[in-house]
Amino acid sequence: MTIQHKPFAITLDVGTSHLNKTGSWRSMRPVYIDRLPPCNKACPTGENIQGWLSLAEEKNYRGAWELLTKDNPFPAIMGRVCYHPCENTCNRGQLDLPVGINSVERFIGEQGLINNWQFKAGEDTGKKIMVIGAGPAGLSSAYHLRRFGHQVTIYEASEKPGGMMRYGIPKYRLPREKLNAEIYRIQKMGVEFKLNHPVKDILETKKQGGFDAVVIGIGAQQSHFISFPGQSSIPVLDALTVLRDTENENPNQLIGKVVVYGGGNSAMDVARTAIRMGAQDVTVISRQEIDNMSAHPFEIKETLEEGAQIISLRSIKAINGCEITLELLKTSEEHHSGHSFVVETGEVESIEADVLVLAIGQVIDRQLFENIAPIEISNESIQIDNTMKTGLDGVFAAGDVVPSQRSVTTALGHGKKVARAIDAWLNGQSYQPAPQNEVATFDKMEPWYYSDAPRTIQPHLDAVRRKNGFAEVVGDLDQDHAKYEARRCMSCGNCFECDNCYGICPDNAITKLGPGKGFEFKYDYCKGCGMCESECPCGAIAMEAEDI
Amino acid sequence: MTKKEQPATDEQMIKFYQTGTFTVGNRLLDEEFRTVQATSERSNSIDSGHRACQGCGQALGARYALDTAMRVTDNKIIAANATGCLEVFTTPYPETAWSIPWIHSLFGNVASVASGIAATLKAKGDTTTRVIAQGGDGGTTDIGFACLSGMFDRNDDVLYICYDNGGYMNTGVQRSSATPGGARTSTSMPVGEHPGSSFTTGKFLPAIAMAHEIPYVATASVHDLHDLERKIEKAMSFRGARYIQINVPCPLGWGSEPAKTIKLARIGVESGLVPLFEAEHGDLTNSTKIRYQVPVEEYLQLQRRFAHILKPANVDQLETIRAIAEKNIKRYQLL
Amino acid sequence: MLYQMSGSIAVAKAIALCRPDVVPCYPITPQTHIVEHLSVLVKSGQLENCTYENVESEFASMSFCIGSSAAGARTYTATASQGLLYMMEAVYNASGLGLPIVMTLGNRAIGAPINIWNDHSDAMSVRDAGWIQLFVESNQQAVDVHIQAFKLAEALSIPVMVNMDGFILTHAITRVDLPEQEQVDQFLPPFVPRQKLDTEAPLSIGAMVGPDAFTEVRYLAHHRQKEALAIIEQQAKEFAKIFGRDSGGLVKSYFSEDADIVLVAMGSVIGTMQDLVNDLRNEGYSVGILSLRSFRPFPANAICNALKNAKQVIVFEKSFAVGMGGILASEIHMATQRFVGDKLIIKSVIGGLGGRTITKKSLRKLIDSANKNELDDEVFMDLDGTTVVRELKRQQEEQSSGPVAENILRDIGVVSASKTH
Repeated sequence: MTIQHKPFAITLDVGTSHLNKTGSWRSMRPVYIDRLPPCNKACPTGENIQGWLSLAEEKNYRGAWELLTKDNPFPAIMGRVCYHPCENTCNRGQLDLPVGINSVERFIGEQGLINNWQFKAGEDTGKKIMVIGAGPAGLSSAYHLRRFGHQVTIYEASEKPGGMMRYGIPKYRLPREKLNAEIYRIQKMGVEFKLNHPVKDILETKKQGGFDAVVIGIGAQQSHFISFPGQSSIPVLDALTVLRDTENENPNQLIGKVVVYGGGNSAMDVARTAIRMGAQDVTVISRQEIDNMSAHPFEIKETLEEGAQIISLRSIKAINGCEITLELLKTSEEHHSGHSFVVETGEVESIEADVLVLAIGQVIDRQLFENIAPIEISNESIQIDNTMKTGLDGVFAAGDVVPSQRSVTTALGHGKKVARAIDAWLNGQSYQPAPQNEVATFDKMEPWYYSDAPRTIQPHLDAVRRKNGFAEVVGDLDQDHAKYEARRCMSCGNCFECDNCYGICPDNAITKLGPGKGFEFKYDYCKGCGMCESECPCGAIAMEAEDI
Repeated sequence: MTKKEQPATDEQMIKFYQTGTFTVGNRLLDEEFRTVQATSERSNSIDSGHRACQGCGQALGARYALDTAMRVTDNKIIAANATGCLEVFTTPYPETAWSIPWIHSLFGNVASVASGIAATLKAKGDTTTRVIAQGGDGGTTDIGFACLSGMFDRNDDVLYICYDNGGYMNTGVQRSSATPGGARTSTSMPVGEHPGSSFTTGKFLPAIAMAHEIPYVATASVHDLHDLERKIEKAMSFRGARYIQINVPCPLGWGSEPAKTIKLARIGVESGLVPLFEAEHGDLTNSTKIRYQVPVEEYLQLQRRFAHILKPANVDQLETIRAIAEKNIKRYQLL
Repeated sequence: MLYQMSGSIAVAKAIALCRPDVVPCYPITPQTHIVEHLSVLVKSGQLENCTYENVESEFASMSFCIGSSAAGARTYTATASQGLLYMMEAVYNASGLGLPIVMTLGNRAIGAPINIWNDHSDAMSVRDAGWIQLFVESNQQAVDVHIQAFKLAEALSIPVMVNMDGFILTHAITRVDLPEQEQVDQFLPPFVPRQKLDTEAPLSIGAMVGPDAFTEVRYLAHHRQKEALAIIEQQAKEFAKIFGRDSGGLVKSYFSEDADIVLVAMGSVIGTMQDLVNDLRNEGYSVGILSLRSFRPFPANAICNALKNAKQVIVFEKSFAVGMGGILASEIHMATQRFVGDKLIIKSVIGGLGGRTITKKSLRKLIDSANKNELDDEVFMDLDGTTVVRELKRQQEEQSSGPVAENILRDIGVVSASKTH
C-alpha cells in the first residue's frame, strides 16, 4: 500500500505534542517529600513504627524486629506494658480506630523470642561505661552503648534485673519469662551485670572500675507517704512495697477489705493484685472523677471487670480504728489551663477497711548524690542538660530519676538518647539530635483512599479466670491478624507507591521508577495543578513556589 | 479479557489491602486487579504536551477511558471526537497529543462519524478493531443528540463516551442541557429572582440511553478509577451501542481550584448529586454505593458557580438541590 | 448491456458496479429511488461486502460518510435540496478533511416555498464547499460519470458530487447501456486511501488550524481542484477507451466552435437544446451549445477555448443568486473576460425554476431575440409578467401583504376563495 503525503496541517503525526513543553505554565512545583509520622514523633524511643509495620505486613518479621530493636530492645515487654502514645496520635484514629501498633509490636517481640534472634554488639571501642540500675533506663542505655561498641557494667541493688518492670508491673501484665528472656538477650551482648550491688559512692566506683562515663538510672523507688489524723488500727502500706513483696513472693497483708488510695496505674496494679491474692473486697478511693484519673482507661476498665470498686471524688480525712473517713469532693467550676480540679465540700462519709494501701506517687532516693555537689537535685529529680548530662562531667542520668513522664517507654527512650550523648561525649562532641521532618498531620492526608478496616481486638482472658491467679490477661495476635493490623497503617507522610500521583496526573508528567524506587516528576510537562498533592493519600507530596 | 470479580469476603479478611481498590495502584493487589493507569505500559492515549487547563478532569477521564479500552482490545481502538475542549487542547496544528488513530469532524456529528467507522470495519470484516466516540455534554446532550439517538437506534457497534462537565466550557462556559440547576454560567448568570441555570425537568442522557434499550449504559467518575475502568471493560465486552457518561470537573467552568478536581468528582458522587450506576438492555443492574455520604453544601461550596446558592436568600434553591440528591439516592439505591 | 430503466435504478446499479464499502442513506425526493434500490442490491447479495445503513438525517448521513471514508471505505450516498442544506456543515467538512466520498445530488429546488421539482439551486448552494461538482445530461452519462467520479475522488482525495436533474433524469425511464463488472473493475482500481484511521499507523485527522496555516490549507485545496482539470479530461479519455463512449470531461461542445450564438448550460436541458440547435442549424442559424460538465473545478480555459469564436453567449441556468442574478453567467463572464475580453456579449437567462418546463419554443424565442440583438442582459424565461405586476402593485398598496407565494397562488386560483381577506 502506498500512502501519499498526508493532508497538510489537518492531519498530524503522533507524538508531536511532546514539542509543547507545558511545564512553562507552572507557578508551583510539586516535590516528593517525607513527613514524620505522628506515631514516630510520639514514640518516646523514636521507633520507626511505620517502617517495621510495613515489614511485618510483608511477613518479614526478622526485618521488622531488627528495625524495631534499633530503637527499643524490648519488643515483647513493651508490646505488653507500653501505654502506646503512638496509638493516641495515630491518624487512623480520626478515620476509625488507631492501628494496634502495640499488639503488632508484641507479635514481633514474640517472633524474636520464638526464633531466638539476638543482638550484635558494635566493634569494641575500648571505652568503659558504668550504669547504675538495671531498670528500663539502665538496660536501655546499656543496650545502646553496647551497640556503639562500648563496654558496659550494670550495678543493680536488687537480686534480679528489671527494676520497675519486675517490681512494679504485676505478672498478669508482664509474664516474667518474657521479661527475663529480653533482659538476657542484653546480657548476651556482653553487658556485665553486678546484681545485689548497690552503689554507695558513684565516683569511687567509677574510679575503681576505670569507667569513662556513668549513667545514673536508679529510678524513683521511694513511695510518697502521708499520715492521717486519728487512731489507726489497720496497716497502712505503700504500693511499691506491696508489689515488690508480691514479686518476691513474700507474705503480705492484702486480706479482707482492702482500700487503695490513688487514681494512677499503681493504684490499679495494687487493686488487681489484691483481688488475685484473695482479698474479700477491694475499693479504690480516687480524688478525681473516673474520667480524670491518671490511670489508663483500659486499666480502670479491667480493674472494674475483675470486681474492684472505684469510689471517686473522695479524699481520706482520717482513720479511726477500722473506719476510714472520707470527705466528698466536687469538680470545681473553674478550669485552669484546660484541667479541671477538685474542691472540698465538707461533707463526710466513712468506709470499713482491713488494710489501706497508698498509691500516691514515688520519689527518688537522694542519698546517693548528697555528697556530689555538681549534681543538682530539684523538684524530686536530678537536673540534666539537653544531652542528659548532670552537672558533673561524664556523669549522665536517665529514666524516672530525671524530670520525665516516668513511664517504662520514656525510660527506654532516655536510654537511647543517653547512649548517643555519651558516644558523642566520648568523641569530644556534643550530641545534637537530627532535625525532624514536618509532621504528617491528618489534614495532609486524603483518608478516602484507605479501605474500611476495623481494628483487630486482641483476645482477653475472661474476668472470672483472671481473679484466680496471675495468668496474662491480654493475648497474642495470630499471624493473619498481625498482618491485617499492620496493613491498617496509612503510611502517613511517606510514599507507599500507591500510584495515585502517577495515575491522576492529567499531563502524564510523572515517571514511575519501579517498585521501591518511587516516582519522578517530568517538570517539562507538569503544569503545577497540584492534584497529585491533594490526592496523595499519605501526604508525601508538597507544592513549592517556583522562582519566576 | 475482563477482570475477575474481587475475592469473597472471608478471604478478604486475610488478604487485606491497605488501600484496597481505592487508589490507582496497590502493590498488595494481584496484578489482575490493578488499574491500567498504575502500569508503566499504559498506552497514554493522550500524551504530555496537550493544552488542557491545569487540573482538567476531561483530559484525565479521556486518558483513563481510552487507555482501558486500548488494553482490553490489545490496542485496536479508533476514536472519533466531537468539537470541544478535548479536541481543541489535544490537536492544535502542528501538534497532536493522541497516540491512537483519531478523527475530529464536527461538533454535532461524532456519533455518526463513529458509526461510519464501525460500518467500514463491518464491511471489511474487521472484528478486532473497535470504535469509540467522545464528546462533551453540549456535543452529546444538545447539538449531537440526534446523531447519538440514531446510533443507539441502529445499535451501531460504538462505545460513546460523554465527558460531562455540565456546560459549554470551550466556548466560555455557557449553559447546556446538562448544566445543573442553579449553576452560574455565562448564559445563566446569578442575577434576578431565580439566579443561575433554571431548574428544568432535565435531560439526563443516561436515562435516555436506557430508554433506547442499548446493551450497556453506565455513569462513572474520575475519582474512582477502578470503577471507571471496570465499566469501560464491561462496555467493551458488549457489541452494539454503548454509552458511558463520565463526570469530569472543570476548574474553569466550575470556579474551582485545579487541585480539587478529583475531590470534587468524589464528593459530587458522595453527596448523591452524581449517581454512578450501570444498566443493561434498559434495566438498571448495579449502582456504586456512596462510601462516606457528605451534605450537598460541601460539594457546592468548593465551586464559585454555586456561590449564590449558599446565600440565605437562595435557600429554596439549596433545598431543591438537596431534594435532587435525595431523589438520586433513592432512585439508584446509592446507600 | 442495454436496458430500459429509470435513471435512479441505473445509477444504483452503476454504484453497485463500483463496489462501495459503505452506503448510508436518508430519504429525500427525488434521489430516494437510488438508495432504495441499493438497499435491495445489498440485501439480495448482489452488492457484497457493503454496509448499507438507514440513518436519521442527511447530516448524519454525510457524517457517517466522513467516518467511513476516513476509515478507508469507498463511500457513497445521495441527497437533494433541503437534505443537502441539512448536511451542509458536514459537506464542507468532508472536503476540508480531503475524504473521497461520492454523492449523487438529485437536483431540486430549495424552499420556502417548498418545492420538490427540479432546478439547480441546491447544487449552487454548495458551489464554494470544496467538492468537485459534475453535471450529467442523460441517464447514460449519469451511469458513466458516477463510475468516473469514484476514480476521480480517490485520485485526488476530494469528494465528488454528481448532479443529475431530479425527476427529469432520476425518474425518466430511458435506454441505458450498463457496463460489465469486468470493465468497471478494469477502469476503477480498489480504493487506496491517502490517509486512513489505522491502528497499525495511528494519526490524528481533523486538527485545529489557526491563522498561521489556514491560508495555505485553503490554497492547497484550490490547487488540488485545479489539478483535477487535467485528470477529469484524462479519465474521460481512459473511460472512452474501455467503455467506447464519450462521457464526462470538463465541457462538451456542440457546434460551439463555429457558432455566432452559443447557449451555455448544465444538465438535462442540453438534450432539449440539442433538439433545438439541430432544427435551427437546418434553418441556417449559426447556433451552438456548450455543455458544462464540470462546474467545480470551473474549467475556465476550456470554456474560453470553446467560446473564442462566438459573438454572443446565452448562459442558461436553473438557479440564480437572489439580489445578484445568474451565478453561472457571472462566472463565465469573469472567466472569458480574462481570455476573450469585452467583445464577447454575455446574456444571462434564468429558467426552469422549481420544475417549470423548459420548452423548445421558449428557448427559440431567446435565440430569435439574440439574433436581433434584442435579448435583455438578464432574462427570466417564461416569467408570468401579469402576476408579478399585480403582486408588486398589491405590495405597494398594502403595508403587509402576507406571503408572496400564497398571493400568487390565490391569483391563479389554486388557493380557495374562502381564504381571501
